Amino acid sequence: MSLTVERVPGEARQAQDPGLRHRLAERGIDRQLLLLVPAVLFVVLLFLYPFLYGLQLSFAPDEGGPLASYQAFFSDPYQSGTIWITLKLALPAALINVLASVPIAYRMRGSFRGKRLLTIVLVVPITLGTVLTAQGLLNYLGPAGWFNKILMTLGLIDDPVRLVNNYWGVFFSLVITGFPFAFLLILSYLSGIDPTLERAAATLGADWRQRFRHITLPLLAPGLATTFCLAFVLAFSVFPSAVLVGNPAGETRVLALAAYQAAYEQYDYSLASAIAMVMGAVELIVIGVVLLWRSRLYTGSTGGKG
Amino acid sequence: MTEGAFTELRLDGVGRRFAGKDALVDLDLTIRAGEFIALLGPSGCGKSTALNCLAGLLPLTAGSIWQQGPDGERRIDTLPPEKRGFGMVFQSYALFPHMSVRRNISFGLQMRRLARAEVARRTTEAIRLVQLEEHADKLPGQLSGGQQQRVAIARAVVLEPSLVLMDEPLSNLDAKLRLEMRSEIRRLHQSLGLTTVYVTHDQEEALSLADRLVVLRQGRVQQIGTSEELHTRPANWHVADFMGFRNIVEVDATHVDGTDVVVQGEGLRLRGTATAPTAVGDRVVAAVRPEDVLVGAGTDGADGPNATPATVEVVGYQGRELAVEVRTAAGRALHLRTEQRLAPGDAVTLTVDPERLLVYPLAAGEHVPAPLVAAVP
Repeated sequence: MSLTVERVPGEARQAQDPGLRHRLAERGIDRQLLLLVPAVLFVVLLFLYPFLYGLQLSFAPDEGGPLASYQAFFSDPYQSGTIWITLKLALPAALINVLASVPIAYRMRGSFRGKRLLTIVLVVPITLGTVLTAQGLLNYLGPAGWFNKILMTLGLIDDPVRLVNNYWGVFFSLVITGFPFAFLLILSYLSGIDPTLERAAATLGADWRQRFRHITLPLLAPGLATTFCLAFVLAFSVFPSAVLVGNPAGETRVLALAAYQAAYEQYDYSLASAIAMVMGAVELIVIGVVLLWRSRLYTGSTGGKG
Repeated sequence: MTEGAFTELRLDGVGRRFAGKDALVDLDLTIRAGEFIALLGPSGCGKSTALNCLAGLLPLTAGSIWQQGPDGERRIDTLPPEKRGFGMVFQSYALFPHMSVRRNISFGLQMRRLARAEVARRTTEAIRLVQLEEHADKLPGQLSGGQQQRVAIARAVVLEPSLVLMDEPLSNLDAKLRLEMRSEIRRLHQSLGLTTVYVTHDQEEALSLADRLVVLRQGRVQQIGTSEELHTRPANWHVADFMGFRNIVEVDATHVDGTDVVVQGEGLRLRGTATAPTAVGDRVVAAVRPEDVLVGAGTDGADGPNATPATVEVVGYQGRELAVEVRTAAGRALHLRTEQRLAPGDAVTLTVDPERLLVYPLAAGEHVPAPLVAAVP
């Protein structure tokens, strides 16, 4: 048998100029990183440029000094109150989505009959989109919806409970659309934890509560922090459901809505940009706090496949 | 902790099925306190299943497990793992990656809500036992494989469990470390007197460690015995095959005189010792260890028992000895070990003491698999 191996063309080319590749490798540069260039360009053009444009716009109001737009926003409680309104919606919604996902994902780690179907049912809301969810909420939770009808037929209440066109409508919408997202992330974090660890804890005398508290939870915590951040950002930029199932003039006038009104109803682009910057700053502060807490946790290997 | 101490642990017809397939069938075994038992077999033989059933990590689908203590017999297969009080060492070690060595080892003591001072004292003692004093505050990820293994062992024995279960604990270590840890485990067993059930697929490891071995194949017990019994008298040809009888030949019995048998097949005519009643004409298996095949060069030794001419084909250096593969005139490959310096192409005459050539019955329809490498033309 012949021992000669046919060289594939790519291999032959590499063999010809090992010099450049090695010189780059010595400097810690992998030539394949050049493949990232299109993606970097994309980010610069579609994110960095508009961001910087908006940033300078926020400091260039039509009237007044460079900070006039920020002054206008913070001095008007109707405007600055939107920060609190948005936080009051996004923080609890993100928290509930993360907390509700944990026990469900925990039960669904292993493989069992019907797991795929159950996952689909849990994930479907993410595919429906906000508008369809809002419509469903109006039909179901509205004053003449099934929920109130049933409660009234049972005689539990005399007047319909108001659950849409106010804070609760938007809150439910955020929970419904945000849950699948948090659930899928947490499920993947959980399956990254080696199940043998819990078995080991069991042979050491830990019951299921102790196993969860001392083994699973500490290993999952960094994942929970990340999931919370992403779920929060998703909820914080709420816009359609605040209009459709909320009370956009009052208790659910969120930051995104305020920015929209500044830009397209008052045509004050500088103020709109300033609001967008405030929005970004608040998000960064919340994420910063969570990540600061996360950095104090164990974030190494969790022994599993993830 | 001596609350779960037992004088005897009895497995009574233990079985486990997975999705309609038997992984373990009808395992009867009595483990006496202080004993070191090895469950031995090729992968998929059910040895790990048996261990997990004992630990309570897998529910049984048949049978029961009983613990004979000072206050009578108690059924334990219905208890969850955390209530059994057995220690377990996992193949992957399963150290808690977010806890220091000290916290890993003290975890079990803390779960038992022992006094803080006692937890600290026993943990320190266990760390000293496995010689990890200077690594006590490191995370498992910062330790070498051997050190992790020692943490896993310390974590299991610090509770002074009535039974320690070990699931192939050495299989992830390199050869040198494996030998060191092997004697370490034996030393721990001797000094602490811990009853141990040890799962392995390495027959050498099992023979050197255990007081008694349980050989499993396809979920069924093949033989239970001491190392000596298994080494010299395997119960059937499957066990012989697994215990290092590398020369296994399917032949016919042509002469039977009590246990003295003559067999013929594959161009060989051999005298051996029957392990079970055999009749002339029976299809049987002749098994012999490589170290029991003796070599006379050329035609010397042609008068020896079972003299068979052969040609050396492959020679592997093993230090004092050579591992040699020869081929008979009829084309049958045989393995032997010798201190003679043979080279490929040498003509040799093989002899085998009939006492060392064991003849096993072959079940109807059963066949010895053909050797892996066919003759080179």
